Amino acid sequence: MFYRECGVRHTTYAADRALAVIPFERVMLGVLIAAAAAAPWLVPDLFLVSYLTPWLIWTAAILGLNLLMGWAGQIHLGYGAVMAVGAYSAVHLARAGAPFVLAVIGGGLAAAVVGSLFGLPAMRVRGLYLAMSTLALQGIVDWLLVQVPAISGGAQATLLVPRPDFLGLPLATDAARYWTALAFAVLVALFVANVRRTDVGRALIALREKDYAAAVIGINVFYYKALAFFVSSFIGGMSGAVLAFMYYRAVTPEQYGLHVSIMAVAMVIVGGLGSIIGSFLGAGFILLAPIWIEHGLRQLAAALSINISPSTLAHMPLVIYGALITGFLLLEPLGLAKLYDNVRNYLRVWPFGYTKK
Amino acid sequence: MTFLAELAINGALVGLMYALAASGITLIYKSSGVVNLAQGGFVMAGAYLVWAFIARLGLGLIPGILAAAASMGALGWLTERLALRRMIGQPVIMILMLTFGLEVVLRGLVPGTLGADTKPMPIPISQAPVWLGDILINRTYILGGAVAIVMVALLALFFRTRAGIAMRAVSDDHLASWAVGIPVERTVALSWAVSGGVAAMTGVLWGAVQGVDWSLSLLLIKALSVAVLGGLDSLAGVVIAGFIVGVLESVISGYVDPFVGGGTREVVAAVVIFLTILVRPYGLFGREVIERV
Repeated sequence: MFYRECGVRHTTYAADRALAVIPFERVMLGVLIAAAAAAPWLVPDLFLVSYLTPWLIWTAAILGLNLLMGWAGQIHLGYGAVMAVGAYSAVHLARAGAPFVLAVIGGGLAAAVVGSLFGLPAMRVRGLYLAMSTLALQGIVDWLLVQVPAISGGAQATLLVPRPDFLGLPLATDAARYWTALAFAVLVALFVANVRRTDVGRALIALREKDYAAAVIGINVFYYKALAFFVSSFIGGMSGAVLAFMYYRAVTPEQYGLHVSIMAVAMVIVGGLGSIIGSFLGAGFILLAPIWIEHGLRQLAAALSINISPSTLAHMPLVIYGALITGFLLLEPLGLAKLYDNVRNYLRVWPFGYTKK
Repeated sequence: MTFLAELAINGALVGLMYALAASGITLIYKSSGVVNLAQGGFVMAGAYLVWAFIARLGLGLIPGILAAAASMGALGWLTERLALRRMIGQPVIMILMLTFGLEVVLRGLVPGTLGADTKPMPIPISQAPVWLGDILINRTYILGGAVAIVMVALLALFFRTRAGIAMRAVSDDHLASWAVGIPVERTVALSWAVSGGVAAMTGVLWGAVQGVDWSLSLLLIKALSVAVLGGLDSLAGVVIAGFIVGVLESVISGYVDPFVGGGTREVVAAVVIFLTILVRPYGLFGREVIERV
């Protein structure tokens, strides 16, 4: 219906390879970005600060992880550590007087260097073993963060983040923080969407399908694996830094612990491996669904006047979050992106449902 | 010298208890090639169940432990039947995340319903240490190490029974096992059930050492390091790797902690995993898998 391709024809290769081929998608994207830009006037402040801003920053982070997991097919259970390196480096740079943008880029570079270390085992092993070695590295980085006072100031310490500005323009209001997050997420999304169309993207996909086979057809497996880890860690580090500057406004080691790595992988899988809209939906779903479901359950319990002990209530978000991960894996392993795709494919050929695309 | 011996002996006993936790991972990996990241959650749930059966329902010590082991066996079996079996053929990361999702659920559900505060494991072990010459040994560790050895020996014997031989065949080749009439699915489910029972036993020992609360699930990293170093599919490897990890952890933290301000114990297991995978991915005794395109 809406996604009609009737009358869409391409006379150049460039048009054929455009990011959004179907006219409706172009319109929808424009409307979505316009609405996102106008959000500070449309939604309440609380909603903006505590839901939309982290959602956008997490989308950027998940796009970076999805580049690695979805396109290059490498498992990474230590993304939280990479984000931590980015956040701490950026904050230290900013405290030393670097401007916000340079601090974030510096944080990204530091994270990329450390993240390439995570990629080291990928040169030898993959799959299960890669998962376990990245898990171990997460533990090591966590430990270093807590134990080296020069980085974190000690286990219990909180580093305050200096007030960021952009080219001399102070980013002090909630709306300014939100717009920074939005601009960052859009930039990263554009980058990742374009990587998919280049030779690098094709090489990564070949790598994902089977690295030996990719090597046989002339892809330098070492180089592209290292590149995938480097770029994804760069994005992750910058996201960690932006998260620290625009959302937390202070950094502590627990903000980027193992549970964050697990959450990031859950976002990628629930969203859909190798999908851009999936990264956006997955980040939002894992971030917001447990909060809302818990809220709903509390109200339900209150309405039915069931007494739930505080201890049970305190553990409920954890149960819901875990159940969402397992439930999605069992019922829709391809994630939210697949659900979106189902609707899109249905509408593309509507009313001729039998011409399956 | 006494200090070193004390650290080494206590470390070795702790390492044996790690080995018991790791043998649950090894069992499942042998039969189905899945690494169960929920093993820490299983251990925690097992410990909670033992506590609940003994302290809440008033069962005796042995019946309580047996009831908990049986319940955990049922939980392991159900996990395979309802969740893992549907994931056959999915990418590794999906299966890993599924088990991690289970871990998160258990970590929320069990303390949420049975109480989050640390509970003493109702086992009558005296807190007084055992003196071996000048060397001081924790009594709980001795019992734990002994039970761990007995359990691993029992598992080794189990692999000589009919069901155990079927499990070895399944670990070798699913297709060939089907061809000779071994019920592969049922055998894999059995390995999950046995692993659940082992987790309950591990829960008893570790619950006695550090009390029953959610932090028992952190045993996962230690168990994983032991299993990886041992080679993931070797029971003998698990015992030897348990010794190595336990002694390393105890000796390194004993000597290095005073200089760096403590906490080295937590990172040794992670370093062991990383170095093992970098240098010798198939571990000390694991089977080297030759990959073909």
